[in-house]
Amino acid sequence: MTAIAPPVASARRRTKTRSEMRRSGWGRRGPLLPALVFTIIVTQLPFLVTLYYSLESWSLVRPGSQHFTGFSNYVQVFEDSQFRTTALNTVIMTVGTVLIAMLIGVGLALVLDRKFIGRGVVRTLLITPFLIMPVGAALLWKTTMFDPTFGFVNFILRPFGIGHFDWVSSFPLGSVMIEMIWQWTPFMMLLVLAGLQSQPKDIIEAAGCDGARPFAIFRELTLPHLRRYIELGVVLGAIYVVNDFDAVYMMTQGGPGISSANLPFYIYQRAFLGFQVGQAAAMGVVVVVATIIIATFALRLIFTSFSGTEQAA
Amino acid sequence: MATSQSITAQPTATSAAARRRRARRKRHGNSVTWGIVGWVLGIVFFFPVLWMVITSFKTEAGAYTNTPHIIFSPTLSQYRAVFDSGVWPYVANSAFATIVSTLLVLLLATPCAFALSLRPVRKTRDVLFFFISTKMLPVVAAIIPIYIAARDLHMLDNVFTLVILYTAMNLPIAVWMMRSFFLEVPGELLEAAEMDGAPLRRTVVEVILPVVAPGLAATALICCIFSWNEFFFAVNITATKAATMPVFLVGFISSEGLYFAQLAAAATVATLPVVLAGWVAQRQLVRGLSFGAIK
Amino acid sequence: MMSRRAFLAGTGGAAATLALSGCALGADQVFGGGGSGSTITVAIVSNSQMQDAISLTYLFEREHPGIHLNFVSLPENEARAKITADVSTQGGEFDVVMISNYETPMWSRNGWLVNLQPYINATPGYDAADFLPQLRATLSYQGDLYSVPFYGESSFLMYRKDLMAKAGITMPTRPTWSQVRAIAAHLHTSDQTGICLRGDPGWGENLAPIDTVINAFGGRWFNTNWQAQLTTPVVEQAVSTYVSMLQKYGEPGAPEAGFSECATLYSQGDAAMWYDATSAVSTIEDPASSKVAGRNGYAWAPTQDGRASGWLYTWSLAIPSTCTNKQQAWDFISWMTSKSYIRTVGEKLGWSHVPPGSRFSSYQIPQYKKLSAVYGPLTLASINATDSAHPTKLPVPYTGVQFLDIPEFEDLGTNVSEQFSAAIAGQQTVASALSQAQKYAQAVGNTYQHT
Repeated sequence: MTAIAPPVASARRRTKTRSEMRRSGWGRRGPLLPALVFTIIVTQLPFLVTLYYSLESWSLVRPGSQHFTGFSNYVQVFEDSQFRTTALNTVIMTVGTVLIAMLIGVGLALVLDRKFIGRGVVRTLLITPFLIMPVGAALLWKTTMFDPTFGFVNFILRPFGIGHFDWVSSFPLGSVMIEMIWQWTPFMMLLVLAGLQSQPKDIIEAAGCDGARPFAIFRELTLPHLRRYIELGVVLGAIYVVNDFDAVYMMTQGGPGISSANLPFYIYQRAFLGFQVGQAAAMGVVVVVATIIIATFALRLIFTSFSGTEQAA
Repeated sequence: MATSQSITAQPTATSAAARRRRARRKRHGNSVTWGIVGWVLGIVFFFPVLWMVITSFKTEAGAYTNTPHIIFSPTLSQYRAVFDSGVWPYVANSAFATIVSTLLVLLLATPCAFALSLRPVRKTRDVLFFFISTKMLPVVAAIIPIYIAARDLHMLDNVFTLVILYTAMNLPIAVWMMRSFFLEVPGELLEAAEMDGAPLRRTVVEVILPVVAPGLAATALICCIFSWNEFFFAVNITATKAATMPVFLVGFISSEGLYFAQLAAAATVATLPVVLAGWVAQRQLVRGLSFGAIK
Repeated sequence: MMSRRAFLAGTGGAAATLALSGCALGADQVFGGGGSGSTITVAIVSNSQMQDAISLTYLFEREHPGIHLNFVSLPENEARAKITADVSTQGGEFDVVMISNYETPMWSRNGWLVNLQPYINATPGYDAADFLPQLRATLSYQGDLYSVPFYGESSFLMYRKDLMAKAGITMPTRPTWSQVRAIAAHLHTSDQTGICLRGDPGWGENLAPIDTVINAFGGRWFNTNWQAQLTTPVVEQAVSTYVSMLQKYGEPGAPEAGFSECATLYSQGDAAMWYDATSAVSTIEDPASSKVAGRNGYAWAPTQDGRASGWLYTWSLAIPSTCTNKQQAWDFISWMTSKSYIRTVGEKLGWSHVPPGSRFSSYQIPQYKKLSAVYGPLTLASINATDSAHPTKLPVPYTGVQFLDIPEFEDLGTNVSEQFSAAIAGQQTVASALSQAQKYAQAVGNTYQHT
């Protein structure tokens, strides 16, 4: 139910010889199977059960309440304005975080691509946020950084007339995004850095010597080369950010109101606070279907990353 | 490669040499500027981590000051409290879940990625897309069935349940990354080995492994980072016997009284293993990720 | 650049070390149980009194060598979600759970909890009659106790005597909200919060004090026909009073601030008043963590018409019916809620650590009586003045002072509190928050009208 058909017909890496064709078969597919079967059992079966629950009315805290209700849970989901708000929040959070993290990541990578004293140390400092446990990072941002009275951010901004400004409740979505951008920028930076370092240096140097302006070099030579790295970073980042639970849960609990709740957090609340199993399951199914639709487009993007050489810059 | 006109311009030999000299001098001046920019950015990004470490050496009262104290007499009392509260079982669970699930991922992903790269089967891409699509689905939508299944199998609060879930969680990324590493193995090498009549195992050990080793290491590291840091499953399907570090850390949030300093100490302890591993392996990480992008 | 081999060796070594440490230290956790005797798994909320209990359990284990204790201690919301999920699905992960007077009546009705009365009766010297009667009533089902209180609390107003004196203000012992508001306005400056109030969402967070204000103003959630009453003028007046007072004279970051944030602010000397749980005294009167210890006065929970309006809450310990070691679980519960435990805490950790408001006898221990002279009598009086069976001025179909004792309330209360939180943040008006709250409440009320 979640398998996604490839959006573009596959381009073979190398054409098969006839003998290879003959030998291909279960012997060839064998190595695939353990991973495939394992993934299907662990990730797909629970979703089938979710699908089944979504047709039931079932409150965990009211014993004996479990009964079949058909599609009424789905009707409720589509009537639920909070669901729409959290869906919008999820989109804003994902798109904003990934794009800003990528922009900063490109900038940092360009800096790190230069030679300067202590470059290795600076790179080490810069990748650290990616390695910090997300739960811990979210808690630290909420407490030691953003706390209105004791946080460091307001201390730094005090000379600019900002007193006990409350970042987390005034800009809940923004605060969560800042924390996530902080965590994901290093990842983007690493990818772009890998791209920059695989770039043939002589061409750039020649262009530089021939008087091309740095920006022109960047736009005409570097950026096309980086394209695939950037796409990969955007897709991988989006996969993780769209499912993020830790930052929202730890920093704002979705509040104030539901202004910073994303879909994973909202569904979690339905399931573990409302204990409305059927309703939570229906939301889950709706999100899965929506994700499949969006993912098909996203995978088109990866596909260009995948298909390698024929699109070389 | 038709780019800008200036590249195709034909300068005289002497002026080209002069320009190159000038460029070099300019680059030297630039490197100082870039150095300053780099260091400032590095420190800005690292600062929250540094502040966490500094806070962890404060007393609670010292952590709650309107004007943050940079100079203070450090205390180890927060660390003592963290270790006194029984951190080791959590470390052990996290280590076990991380290491075993990572090994399992490599065990499952290697043949799969190998088959997908060197010996194309039909619908290679279908399989790859299937794997990556499982990553896009919200785990939260499956948590209740997983919880109930674990209960019925008497596997709630069991570290092997975490191992299974973490393996499934990391497998798609691992297959995906490792396939691109296997694509790095030059076809001629394999054909040569095959022609020599080398057995498959020797081909793998002597030809393929050296080429993919850094990629393998990068994949393992990524899996370790995600498993060690995983919170959602850990908090929902474990209680005490299998609880991991993120759960331990959350236990330090108190709804009463002061807790910043102790939380900072706990977070430092919880984060340290992965940060150190990441620091040591950063070059491999860059290389591994770049392979993932190329193919 | 580091060589590849060195890198591999490095990671291999690190992995081996971790794996070894895993085996050495975590064999018990990783491979489950083992050893003789039984393991009791206890799920509790990570408040300071509970942390104290964990630190003293070595004494229990010394007395009961056959019992090994395992704790899972989580912040309130997480603990509640986990415990409810486990108990309601009969997950059987826990042998002892910390719950409250919200869960106990419902869960014992559902058969999810073990009746503790036979165990209490068979434990000489336990003296359940020593528990405060309001707590006993609220933790009983059909006359039997299904959970026993670890600590109990009502709510009252804490204020800084020194600041009041300096400003020439006398705090009445039974203030009204109008008086409190005037004092807050007088004492509020840019550096000093007039009054700390909870603003963060959660039915046990901002909704607890707001509900007491609604009750004080004569409002109610439902009439006896389960018709929601949240858009009535009295409720709107009550909520507006709370919200505007918090916006004008409250703490910075109010929409995110709960007990912990208020405790911090107040005990650092940055606030003049604080309306919250009576158990807050263990934070603000502890000289180790508080700069204002000994400078506080206490007044009854503010009212409008003279009726007592404080809430009633207790963290209590219960045994889920899935537990297989019931006697051992009870051994632990009876230890943690006994008179001797209270003495032990006082002697080992200091008398300010005593879990308050559970037993009359605690307040007769000379050391604790002396320490709690300022706030102890009012704590007891406030708890005793609560009436969870008749919480409101007008009759209602539910019980509970600051909550409604129905299974839907966790969800309903949280949704409503999120609306209030958004109103405190200024994202919407009180009227629109209440009209949304009214819809949520009516949806729940409808499911009760037919029965």
